[in-house]
Amino acid sequence: MRPHHLAALAVLPFLVPAVLSAQNAEPRRLDSPFRPPVNFVEQITPPPIPPDVTDDRRVARNYPEQPPVIPHNVRDYQITLNNNQCLTCHSRRFTEAVQAPMVSITHYVDRDGQTLGAVAPRRYFCMQCHVPQTTAQPIVPNTFTDLDTLVSRPSDRGDRR
Amino acid sequence: MLDRRDFIKAQAVAAAAAAGGISLPAAAQSSMVAGEDTALKWSKAPCRFCGTGCGVMVATKDNRVVATHGDMQAEVNRGLNCVKGYFLSKIMYGQDRLTQPLLRMRDGKYHKDGEFQPVSWDRAFDEMASQWKRVLKAKGPDAVGMFGSGQWTIWEGYAASKLMRAGFRTNNLDPNARHCMASAAVAFIRTFGMDEPMGCYDDFEHADAFVLWGSNMAEMHPILWTRITDRRLAHSHVKVAVLSTFEHRSFELADIPMIFEPGTDLAILNYIANHIIQTNRVNREFVEKHCNFRLGQKDIGYGLRPESVLEVRAANAKDPADSKPIDFDAFAKFVSTYTLDYTAELTKVPKERLLALAEMYADPKTKVMSLWTMGFNQHVRGVWVNHMVYNIHLLTGKISEPGNSPFSLTGQPSACGTAREVGTFSHRLPADMQVANPTHRAHTEEAWKLPKGLLPAKIGYHAVQQDRMLKDGKLNAYWIMVNNNLQAAPNSANETYPGYRNPENFIVVSDAYPTVTASAADLILPAAMWVEKEGAYGNAERRTHFWHQLVTAPGEARSDLWQLMEFSKRFTTDEVWPGEVLDANPSYRGKTLFDVLFRNGNVDRFPLSELNAEYANDESKDFGFYVQKGLFEEYAGFGRGHGHDLAPFDTYHQVRGLRWPVVDGKETRWRYREGLDPFVKPGEDVRFYGNPDGKANIFAFPYEPPAEEPDKDFDLWLVTGRVLEHWHSGSMTMRVPELYKAMPMALVFMHPDDAKSRGLRRGSEVKVVSRRGEMQTRVETRGRNKPPRGVVFVPWFDSARLINKCTLDATDPISKQSDFKKCAVKIVAV
Repeated sequence: MRPHHLAALAVLPFLVPAVLSAQNAEPRRLDSPFRPPVNFVEQITPPPIPPDVTDDRRVARNYPEQPPVIPHNVRDYQITLNNNQCLTCHSRRFTEAVQAPMVSITHYVDRDGQTLGAVAPRRYFCMQCHVPQTTAQPIVPNTFTDLDTLVSRPSDRGDRR
Repeated sequence: MLDRRDFIKAQAVAAAAAAGGISLPAAAQSSMVAGEDTALKWSKAPCRFCGTGCGVMVATKDNRVVATHGDMQAEVNRGLNCVKGYFLSKIMYGQDRLTQPLLRMRDGKYHKDGEFQPVSWDRAFDEMASQWKRVLKAKGPDAVGMFGSGQWTIWEGYAASKLMRAGFRTNNLDPNARHCMASAAVAFIRTFGMDEPMGCYDDFEHADAFVLWGSNMAEMHPILWTRITDRRLAHSHVKVAVLSTFEHRSFELADIPMIFEPGTDLAILNYIANHIIQTNRVNREFVEKHCNFRLGQKDIGYGLRPESVLEVRAANAKDPADSKPIDFDAFAKFVSTYTLDYTAELTKVPKERLLALAEMYADPKTKVMSLWTMGFNQHVRGVWVNHMVYNIHLLTGKISEPGNSPFSLTGQPSACGTAREVGTFSHRLPADMQVANPTHRAHTEEAWKLPKGLLPAKIGYHAVQQDRMLKDGKLNAYWIMVNNNLQAAPNSANETYPGYRNPENFIVVSDAYPTVTASAADLILPAAMWVEKEGAYGNAERRTHFWHQLVTAPGEARSDLWQLMEFSKRFTTDEVWPGEVLDANPSYRGKTLFDVLFRNGNVDRFPLSELNAEYANDESKDFGFYVQKGLFEEYAGFGRGHGHDLAPFDTYHQVRGLRWPVVDGKETRWRYREGLDPFVKPGEDVRFYGNPDGKANIFAFPYEPPAEEPDKDFDLWLVTGRVLEHWHSGSMTMRVPELYKAMPMALVFMHPDDAKSRGLRRGSEVKVVSRRGEMQTRVETRGRNKPPRGVVFVPWFDSARLINKCTLDATDPISKQSDFKKCAVKIVAV
């Protein structure tokens, strides 16, 4: 194994004990990185339910067409046949008063590509695309790199080894 | 009160005003900001997640995916994605991608109790081949098996089918789609003689009424839900009925919401049939010309191990699929006991809602679309309940025309395209053919250029049976590809895990990420995923769609196709085929399985020069011919000319998918009706040509109770399922930070009063306990799912909280699909 392979493996929480304890008779300590290295049989204490992020700060998108995440509390928001509570701030007429971002113009386009005078019905259920974020910290980091970062540094030609 | 359209008009923005200076289309922004847009390469691909089959556009730069969005040209989604689809860009970049084969070793050798060590592909395949040969020699083909997936590309499933059936001569091949829609597939064949829906997604724009039978489309099929929402909100006469055992997001759009007692959907469907008959709304002409009536077997058991008391007690557990012909009058008498009073009492649904629902079907002027997924299919009477929904569409003739559509949705991206059409079930061959049928086997041997009599006739082990046989030591060499069965299988601690760790067994797991299943394997093979390979999926509306390899897989990860084909090189026919077959066909002697399966003159027919020079294709480069094209064209030969017709390979790289049968370059949107389906001849009107007599079967079945119900010790129903943010087992979506943060753990959703009566409240730490196992989590009383008293819901995406330790491995006795929706648990404070 090449040295940089070892380095890459070291970031895998589940593999660390596996690789390092290879030559001794320790019980197996291998599992999904979603949880500490326990095996299928053991249970872990569930963490408290994490609260939602409600700091009202916009989060940069990873790419232009990514739906922005929701930075505020939406508990008990009603979106029903008769009422869409999200639009009470994000529709054009209320954005000035509440300083909420207006629904994107893409949301006025119907299935046939026609721009309508109101939000297209197919866009009615906001939370199919826009989701709140809890304070939970991902257990596995993600190495996705956005375009701007990619063009501002020397190319590695996608070498992920 | 304002109606919704008025509300939108009042609240929302006029487009003309909005366009003034706020936002440019997103694509334009990137070019303005970076000046690099021309350096991006945009290519089409289907989404990696569900059976909806949305089209996405994928941008790559420097061999990396940098952006994705909904494809405007894709008919399915016309520019939209759900939240998962919008984050496709990130699914390949979890930091813990598997990049090398890992083998359990001790003292430099494979050891069942060893630690995982990186090894070369050669070393991995050497060990695997020697284990396969050991098992084949000791016990024969019945002791090797494979568990595949509805996430396999079409050619991967096809190559696996060839390798297992023709190579190793076993039908112990089953997909995880068994857990997902086997009941639907079996009922299609029994009703129409052909698998898959007669209608298509265009029905969404034609129907006047939508009925969700146990399906939560708002979360599970969000893009199809946008089409229903569009139809409902833009047309005031359109009505939506939502039936479930608990309240969920789809209820937000419901005109007729219905919560029923688990399992009693059977009674509701018989009541509707009875209502149609009693109110004289049977389409007599349609029924007389196009339908047969049959009486099904009753008291058929629950697919548990044969020694289980429920199986011993069942009168007809041995022949659950039997039926006999009856006539319309006998059918009418059979369902006549399902009166409104009886049904309301049994189901606990108010009478006026049952009646309103029945009228959607009975009223000849209402075009009705029925939609279902796991609520029907993961059901100990899943085949029955599928039949029963066809019954009410057939009785009224509301089928095979725009808007009148019984529509079985699917969970995985190629459940239809691969698991069903290619035939990766333990009882199936390509194009709906069956392994038990000698004519079908002979036809397959001919198409595959194999000796006569080579293919095994014995139906293989289905998914749950594979787990049982692994545990019992009868199945010993086992390859798991693109699925996470230790998280997904029912009663996993008792029936799945023991088999994987059984010292007699060698378990191989091919995956992109280190899943729970991989952790219990003996050998882990790193897999290329999604656009790291050229692929094809088939969605729920018979749409076949292709994509190119857009980036390189990390490290030494290889596609499942490469793995299957490369492994076949390690076996010769002399090692694995019977002597008498080789004696009769000596020209096959001394060849590898690779030679006879993949260098057979069909699969290796297309040279590398036919590859699109703009795209890489790692497998083809390795094997020296256009692998995917050769496999696809050989496979397509099975279906062309009799209703499963696929277009030429190259066409699919140009279009956004086509719905089969594709005849004279034209796709078919509605099958079985003259003028819409080229296989129905002029003057035939409607012909269900999958059956020799051209008729569909209406079956009479009773209501029968679930395998397990709450009692004083285990006093709650447990229903499992999914959430919007996570798909499959969460192995991809839990590695996307935004999706993880939106839904980081599986909670137990319960009624606040059920919590209170146990001294619990939101956030309390609890154990969910069944007779089989337990799982620890916390209580949610105010989330998106609102169970009635007596029911709890737990999603299964969370590998740290495995609810399938609690579920019961009861299956539908006919389809062998597990019931993940109904078992008894108690909730205990920790």
